[in-house]
Amino acid sequence: MAEKVEFELVSPERLLVSEPVEMVVVPGSEGDFGALPHHAPMLTSVRPGVIDVYENGKVKNRIFVAGGFAEVTEERVTVLAEEAIPVAEIEAEAVADRIRIAGEKVEEADGDRARNEAQRLLRIAQALKAAYDERPVL
Amino acid sequence: MPSLKELRVRINSVKSTRKITAAMKMVAASKLRRAQAAAEQARPYATRMERMLGNLAGSLASQSGAPRLLTGTGKDDVHLIVVASSDRGLCGGFNGSVVRQTRAMVGELQRARKTVKLMVIGRKGREQLKREFSALFVETYENVGRKGLTFSDAYGIGEKIIQMFEAEAFDVCTIIYNRFKSVIAQEITRQQLIPFPVPEPALEAPSSDLKAIYEYEPSEEAILSDLLPRNLTVQVFRALIESFASEQGARMTAMDNATRNAGDMINSLTIRYNRSRQAQITTELTEIISGAEAL
Repeated sequence: MAEKVEFELVSPERLLVSEPVEMVVVPGSEGDFGALPHHAPMLTSVRPGVIDVYENGKVKNRIFVAGGFAEVTEERVTVLAEEAIPVAEIEAEAVADRIRIAGEKVEEADGDRARNEAQRLLRIAQALKAAYDERPVL
Repeated sequence: MPSLKELRVRINSVKSTRKITAAMKMVAASKLRRAQAAAEQARPYATRMERMLGNLAGSLASQSGAPRLLTGTGKDDVHLIVVASSDRGLCGGFNGSVVRQTRAMVGELQRARKTVKLMVIGRKGREQLKREFSALFVETYENVGRKGLTFSDAYGIGEKIIQMFEAEAFDVCTIIYNRFKSVIAQEITRQQLIPFPVPEPALEAPSSDLKAIYEYEPSEEAILSDLLPRNLTVQVFRALIESFASEQGARMTAMDNATRNAGDMINSLTIRYNRSRQAQITTELTEIISGAEAL
């Protein structure tokens, strides 16, 4: 396939990925969407989940993102992620820790604001666990 | 005229000072390299976010019911100034210039009969502003990014600002920080955070066009109200990371100057030391010769 779409994944700390790929599947807040070249321009928020990068019809790379925003234009997909970890590098212990800490925060939180924030963290941690559980076993 | 011994002690003490400043310069240089790399790596996120927000804001700013982080409260009576200074001194004019700028801004605003509140990041800034403005302090932070600045450091500060804004504690928020221009030059910068200043080109473009270009999921309003607080945090993060790189740059320059000055001082002291040693020998000789002649 000749045509490719420029995929950029940026976290606040650095530019993580910038390469032409065949297709990316992004977990949008309204459902997953695949972006091929000449996709209609759109802006969407991203829920915690896994981005799949396709090359030659196969998944080449899977990256967990903890939510953010995606901007799709005809030739480019830009994902602004709050946090991004390649699925292969997720560690079971770290995931368990995050869920535990987030769970404690939900318990302790007083006030709506703090509770919402804690629940957001918990959702991220749960999505991370889901990403870890469904990773291909090598 | 100091005695020979005093001069010798003086020379030794300046020498050890020079060693310290040279070492500090090296440390600052290596920290600077890391900080600079971090600042450069953080730029893509901030610029892309600005671009997205520019697109959105341009089409929404004119409508009523736009989020208040974008439009402000409609008043400008209470100003919050966020001051980014450092925790440590010995970095030349770094903190001085932030403090001077803050003082000027507080003066301006107070003359215009506005209420001013200060949020100070960094110990040095707090110490220098405490005497005049301690009544205006609402929050101070220390040791931010002590072990390498991360996004979560900025997140806490951003959250606090948003909470205060929602509690209507202020109307306009501005951050003052040193922008990293080059290793030897820092540029003191005032940046308005709330209400978000919509970039010019976005305003000029007719909003109907922009709307036609993008599709929004879930909706423009929802994305915007998500994006704005995030952007605030990103701007705070960028300011802090720039300020941190500037601090290291300023310290490196200051320590370089100090090392050079110490070198000059050692040279002039050594000359004085040698001269007075020579003078003493000459005096002794004259005494011996005149003594011998008198016999």
